[in-house]
Amino acid sequence: MQFGIFTVGDVTVDPTTGREPTEHERIKAMVAIALKAEEVGLDVFATGEHHNPPFVPSSPTTMLGYIAARTERLLLSTATTLITTNDPVKIAEDYAMLQHLSGGRVDLMMGRGNTGPVYPWFGKDIRAGIPLAIENYDLLHRLWREDVVDWKGKYRTPLQSFTSTPRPLDGVPPFVWHGSIRSPEIAEQAAYYGDGFFANHIFWPKEHTQRMIALYRQRYAHYGHGSADQAIVGLGGQVFMRRNSQDAVREFRPYFDNAPVYGHGPSLEEFTRETPLTVGSPQQVIDRTLGFREYVGDYQRQLFLMDHAGLPLKTVLEQLDLLGEEVVPVLRKEFDALRPAHVPAAPTHASLVAAAGGAKDSTVHAVDDVTGKAPEGATR
Amino acid sequence: MTRRTLAVISAGLSQPSSTRLLADQLAAATRDELVRRGSDVQLHVVDLREYAHDVVNNMLTGFAPAALREVIDTVTGADGIIAVTPIFSASYNGLFKSFFDVLDSESLIDRPVLIGATGGTARHSLALEHAVRPMFAYLRSVVVPTAVFAAPEDWADGTADGALRARILRAAGELADQIERRPPATGPADPFALTTDFLQMLGRGDGPPVS
Repeated sequence: MQFGIFTVGDVTVDPTTGREPTEHERIKAMVAIALKAEEVGLDVFATGEHHNPPFVPSSPTTMLGYIAARTERLLLSTATTLITTNDPVKIAEDYAMLQHLSGGRVDLMMGRGNTGPVYPWFGKDIRAGIPLAIENYDLLHRLWREDVVDWKGKYRTPLQSFTSTPRPLDGVPPFVWHGSIRSPEIAEQAAYYGDGFFANHIFWPKEHTQRMIALYRQRYAHYGHGSADQAIVGLGGQVFMRRNSQDAVREFRPYFDNAPVYGHGPSLEEFTRETPLTVGSPQQVIDRTLGFREYVGDYQRQLFLMDHAGLPLKTVLEQLDLLGEEVVPVLRKEFDALRPAHVPAAPTHASLVAAAGGAKDSTVHAVDDVTGKAPEGATR
Repeated sequence: MTRRTLAVISAGLSQPSSTRLLADQLAAATRDELVRRGSDVQLHVVDLREYAHDVVNNMLTGFAPAALREVIDTVTGADGIIAVTPIFSASYNGLFKSFFDVLDSESLIDRPVLIGATGGTARHSLALEHAVRPMFAYLRSVVVPTAVFAAPEDWADGTADGALRARILRAAGELADQIERRPPATGPADPFALTTDFLQMLGRGDGPPVS
């Protein structure tokens, strides 16, 4: 089982000091958080993608490329990559490049983005959110699997004899997750391709997650990728910990009460009851997280949101120490002991290469336009 | 015997509330009418006041807390709805509107609705027609022609055969008519149900591939 963190990259006032970090500070903090994730033994760092204040991560591959260069093992992912407003050709190129540079440590999570005004900034319309996600991903899927693509669709100019470069590292496309809170169409999309499905699982009642995962598993089996319990499931989670649970509640409450998304609404107590948010001791986080399995089945990836709502970097790093030292080792052991042998682990580049029968270079060598000949020694 | 459920919604804020009183009278009259015609009727009365915080939380977080979820499922799964609000500042009160704001906008399509209101003076009575009825028109519900407004004077000389009583009985009959024309409700719609399959979404359901 993989454990990691996902970040929205929000610039939010710390309600206890009134201080708002600069974009520069927040960007540097995100990097520090990612490096810390590797240091404390987490597996995954995933960044959001946003194109409007108060968010900084507009350029995920730039950030992940920088983090890749400064880490050794950490898997680099997204939460989410906007499959609606990004050109699928550019996604294919950017993430293939990142996969080469990181040595096979990249996967992606596709999402639609739910901020209406962003769509027209990129020439799109939020009312076509689902059809865009469907068409764009279908093209992306082909660009990583077919050396030369002829394509025509509704939302992008046609492609003729197009080769997306670089070709995927070792001839194997990055693994893809599809993230959604409550759109059954996206669970269906993930199931159709045999891709992973990630339920955001924060800010919402667990029943949403339970229903979406059940649908995904059922359709995954329907499309013949394996049995329902072999589908690849990821969950989000949100925690705040101190050794003494009362300290955790006292320290987190002002951040909760003023947080974007849910602040000034339900009480901390109501929200922890109604959603998977856990504020308390490491043991409480362990118990609650182990309980997720009871309503989604054995799953492959658990990401925690640790750094939003204006929490200062120092606090976030302390949280990651607790997560990495006290929580994840126990969860790893417990989850692994519970998982039956026929339920796979989350796919990685290495496992996908092995499944494909080994690494193969997939470079497409240029062909001379006039003679039609490839350079000597080159193969196609 | 056909089983029918009636959701009775009162947005009255005081206790006791004349809005609730009107809602109860409309509910009893509708129930009696449906029973007279051979149905078995179950009434679910909702005092929105008890869910006021939950409604606001739902607006802020995007999901209904468990107790409100139950109420929403009851209302959206009922055969008929009786919705009664006090008139504040020439319209429904904020609580009434907020409750309908947090419902899925397609969850009351073709649902028979009886609307009622109370106010401090009869001069507010047309608020039912210019505010409450259009809201249900947006929701594509079927609002019965008789809307019932109760002013203080209606309660003052409210005898068993008074004008208010006559309007209540007429409205209840109209609601019973609408309910009877429809098959029994099957409960709230499932928002997570998949209504399509992937090849259709991709545009390849009934024709050549897009590419």
